[in-house]
Amino acid sequence: MLTFTIRRLLLAIPTLLFISLIIFLLLDMAPGSPMSQIPLTVPLEVRLKMIEALGANDPIFFRYINWLHKFFVIEPLHVFDGLFGTTFAGDSLRELSWQSRSPVADVIAQRIPQTLTVIGMSYLLGILIALPIGIYSAYRQYSWFDQLGTFISMIGFSVPTFFTGVLLIVVFSVKLHWFPSIYDTTLKVTDWASFGKQVKQMTMPVAVLGLYNAAQISRYMRSSMLENLTQDYVRTARAKGLSERVVVLKHVLRNSLIPVVTVIALGIPTIFGGAIITEQVFKVNGLGQLLITAIYANDLPMVQTLTFIFAVLIVLFNLVADILYGILDPRIRYD
Amino acid sequence: MLDAGRRKLVEVRDLKMYFPIYSGLLRRHTGDVKAVDGVSFDIFEGETLGLVGESGCGKSTVGRALLRLYELTGGSVVIDGDDVAKLSPEALRQKRPTMQMVFQDPQASLNPRMTLAGIIGEPLDEHTSLTAPEKLARIYQLMDQVGLNRNFANRYPHEFSGGQRQRIGIARALALNPKFIVCDEPIAALDVSIQAQVVNLLEELQDRLGLTYLFISHDLSMVRHIADRVAVMYLGQIAELSPRDELYAQPLHPYAIALLSAVPEPDPSREGARQRIILQGDVPSPANPPKGCNFSTRCPQVQAICHRLQPDLIEVAPLRFVACHFVQPQQAQPAGSTGGTEATEPTQQGVNA
Repeated sequence: MLTFTIRRLLLAIPTLLFISLIIFLLLDMAPGSPMSQIPLTVPLEVRLKMIEALGANDPIFFRYINWLHKFFVIEPLHVFDGLFGTTFAGDSLRELSWQSRSPVADVIAQRIPQTLTVIGMSYLLGILIALPIGIYSAYRQYSWFDQLGTFISMIGFSVPTFFTGVLLIVVFSVKLHWFPSIYDTTLKVTDWASFGKQVKQMTMPVAVLGLYNAAQISRYMRSSMLENLTQDYVRTARAKGLSERVVVLKHVLRNSLIPVVTVIALGIPTIFGGAIITEQVFKVNGLGQLLITAIYANDLPMVQTLTFIFAVLIVLFNLVADILYGILDPRIRYD
Repeated sequence: MLDAGRRKLVEVRDLKMYFPIYSGLLRRHTGDVKAVDGVSFDIFEGETLGLVGESGCGKSTVGRALLRLYELTGGSVVIDGDDVAKLSPEALRQKRPTMQMVFQDPQASLNPRMTLAGIIGEPLDEHTSLTAPEKLARIYQLMDQVGLNRNFANRYPHEFSGGQRQRIGIARALALNPKFIVCDEPIAALDVSIQAQVVNLLEELQDRLGLTYLFISHDLSMVRHIADRVAVMYLGQIAELSPRDELYAQPLHPYAIALLSAVPEPDPSREGARQRIILQGDVPSPANPPKGCNFSTRCPQVQAICHRLQPDLIEVAPLRFVACHFVQPQQAQPAGSTGGTEATEPTQQGVNA
């Protein structure tokens, strides 16, 4: 397993380099200028000077190498310095956002907590809801519970989050005044009162995304359970005289979880990717919102860095899923 | 060959197993697949009853229904004094140790994520209160009984060959000292050399532990080897139930005659003379069995009455039960069943009647 992991990690390096090149070229070829949001009254020569100052008109290959160097060497050093108070990075030039002129890594670090609490919580909630629903739906296939579960997951699948989000805002914020419609990022949790406030403002975005995640995962869980429930070894387990609980939870569930765990692991990068639409609806300034504003402003360094981080996470969690598969299923051996 | 004093371990009466068909927009119950339609037989303690028939005739369904791995549509199955068909779920669970099953597909019937020790030991966890060392000792004992190396205890099913997996399945079935084992085509998935090993193992265990088997198979030669009595099934019903030697020497039911004519003869000179009876047509759908005798659509000796009346399974000679209008009790026989057809019960209660 260890050699497999190391081999896969080594293989990930060329993959990621290739991905980074593609991202870089695609963004570079896209139309638009970092000056598009500068007022038209600014004279042309000033604009050209600004572009030069940003380094935006250097040769593309030079910019690519420069970006790679900053992403893999300089920024990690700065982050390390920031965490441990060292001075490895010195005063080397950092990757700056074209919009805010502040380092890209710092901006991302500011946004990560919001995304992780809201989107991560909704993912966790989705899993916690989905697993029991999926298990029971499969066990009682075509019962009213299963039909209801299917109906709700179809809603979760097919109704977009910008609709459910706005619906929840209209019902619970505008009519009932239960929850705030806007997520307050400046809120610091210091005592029970502020904790309650935090829970309140998280409720609606978490509910919207949780429904969506639960819909997907419960379907996977259900179909995986159904597939295993009809297997011969389940009949063997019943013939052994095991109680129904043991048959379902020990024999069927453990075997059914293998594909579901993979799906869950593969879904984790989307947490970091943020939920662009839901974050917009509830004004959560997380990573998704950061990405969309960066795209609007032609802030190439920010977009590149964010997209590449997502790519790294996807490659990484693919590996995690493969390793989990090997741990969960004794038939799979990588060495 | 069967002494009259033997105890009936299993008594099956009018066993029915229908699988409902739902169709249409509202998925209404529109019919049933009559996989098993009124089957009655007894199995005596210590004997092996062979159950043969072509694919889809309901053999496996009978085996599973006997252990109530299905919920029965009708009939009763008395095993060792309890009607399995009517036990409550908890009572059924307590009853399971007495009746076990060896499954057809040794690969699919073992949980891929459990080790051999886990598979064999699990029934012990559930039904006994052995300590861990006692349990391990019992697992090793079972592995020795079926000829598995003790070093294999922590391996997973996929690491074994087909024959070894079937031995695991047998060890598992033996774990709780059952009295009755349903062997559902235990050799169908194995190659011939391994088939012999497994069948010999089953016979040896029967001698040593006094087991009673229902041996389901479509391999007529293998059934001839292992069974004491043989039941021939056709389309969910028993066509003939006879002691092995009599059946193979002189089958009585037209279907049994046709079926046994398909057994190849090892002696080439006699093989040349073997007359194979080829039945015409296909097996009717069990969802829509023919009126009257269910073999009437393919029987070479079919008469008008066969399309109207369903024949009962009656004892036509001592210990020989046949369901055919044209195989009737031989009055000339000095012993055996006397009395007319009407007087004989369709069941085969009277072993020494």
